[in-house]
Amino acid sequence: MTRAGRDDDPDRLYTLTGGRSRPASDEFDLVTLVVTECEPTPGMQSEHAAILRICRTPTAVVELSADLGLPVGITKILLSDLLAAGRITARHPRYAPPRTPGGVRFADPETLEKVLVGLRDL
Amino acid sequence: MDSATSDPPATPERAPLARTTDNGLKIVIVGGFGVGKTTMVQSVSDIRPLNTEETMTLAGRGIDDRSAVPGKTATTVAFDFGRISLDERTVLYLFGAPGQERFWFLWDRLFSGSLGAIVLVDHRRLADSWYAIDRLEHHGTPFIVARNDFGGPPYTRAEVRDALDLDPHVPLVDCDARARESSKGVLIALVEHLQRLATGTAATAPTAPETAT
Ligand SMILES: Nc1nc2c(ncn2[C@@H]2O[C@H](COP(=O)(O)OP(=O)(O)OP(=O)(O)O)[C@@H](O)[C@H]2O)c(=O)[nH]1
Ligand SMILES: [Mg+2]
Repeated sequence: MTRAGRDDDPDRLYTLTGGRSRPASDEFDLVTLVVTECEPTPGMQSEHAAILRICRTPTAVVELSADLGLPVGITKILLSDLLAAGRITARHPRYAPPRTPGGVRFADPETLEKVLVGLRDL
Repeated sequence: MDSATSDPPATPERAPLARTTDNGLKIVIVGGFGVGKTTMVQSVSDIRPLNTEETMTLAGRGIDDRSAVPGKTATTVAFDFGRISLDERTVLYLFGAPGQERFWFLWDRLFSGSLGAIVLVDHRRLADSWYAIDRLEHHGTPFIVARNDFGGPPYTRAEVRDALDLDPHVPLVDCDARARESSKGVLIALVEHLQRLATGTAATAPTAPETAT
């Protein structure tokens, strides 16, 4: 398996993201689904173009990271640019369990039922 | 699927998600080296497991965490994952996370928002999972323990529970990660456990059968 990002020297990753090493905010979860809203244009940064091609169908951030061979964090920075430019939309996970200090985080019953039905049907 | 362009990186050659998919869920499978994490992901995933990595900063961590990696401000963790489309809107991602002690706080951050976790254990090397269980309890992430069948001496479930110091309400199931039905059974056991937690009926020992084969 070739890993474009894995063995790269940090300078290239730095250049890819215009010098940023962290996204502006935690806009994207690992499983946020990204959808392309407009086709790549000539001259576009090749990673941006690749994202727009891959996300013609909904694609999770973590899958995109694997496809691009880039660390998750770098992938998120590239996505922030595209989101700001309106070229993609993001479908965020609707289930984010609240974390009560020292307590267990509960998933909501409807989500759990849905998961159970889906798993039993596998 | 996409034959018109061949610019690298290529468009992936795997089944795409349905266009209507709009909700991603997460379950983490954690365990020591070679315990069968990737095997379990593979046996239930709709796609061949993929892998990637994340660079995590160590800034702002407690003394204990920092002392685990002296002099470093960032570290890279690699993980693999698969997915299961549950219905036209929902997709479940399964992450295989190595449970080696010193980086566990990174995993917790990376996988925050997970429904729950499966701790995969080999009963010949139970100590490998002590730390992971500790962290899950500390962070309030619900989990079950799945004993992967590697043969060896026939420890009873009670002995395994005892060695892991498991809370009575935490289910322990047996599985063979190589078998799809068995791995599926482990996932179902976890979700049933989550349901009992959500409805407040998990105060006593689990009523579900303690096997996933
Ligand atoms: N006997 C037996 N072997 C298994 C079982 N599950 C996995 N294995 C084998 O154990 C070996 C390791 O499995 P992996 O799935 O690679 O384990 P892993 O936890 O992903 O390993 P690392 O990522 O290297 O930590 C493989 O050769 C599997 O075929 C099981 O239930 N029973
Ligand atoms: Mg593995």
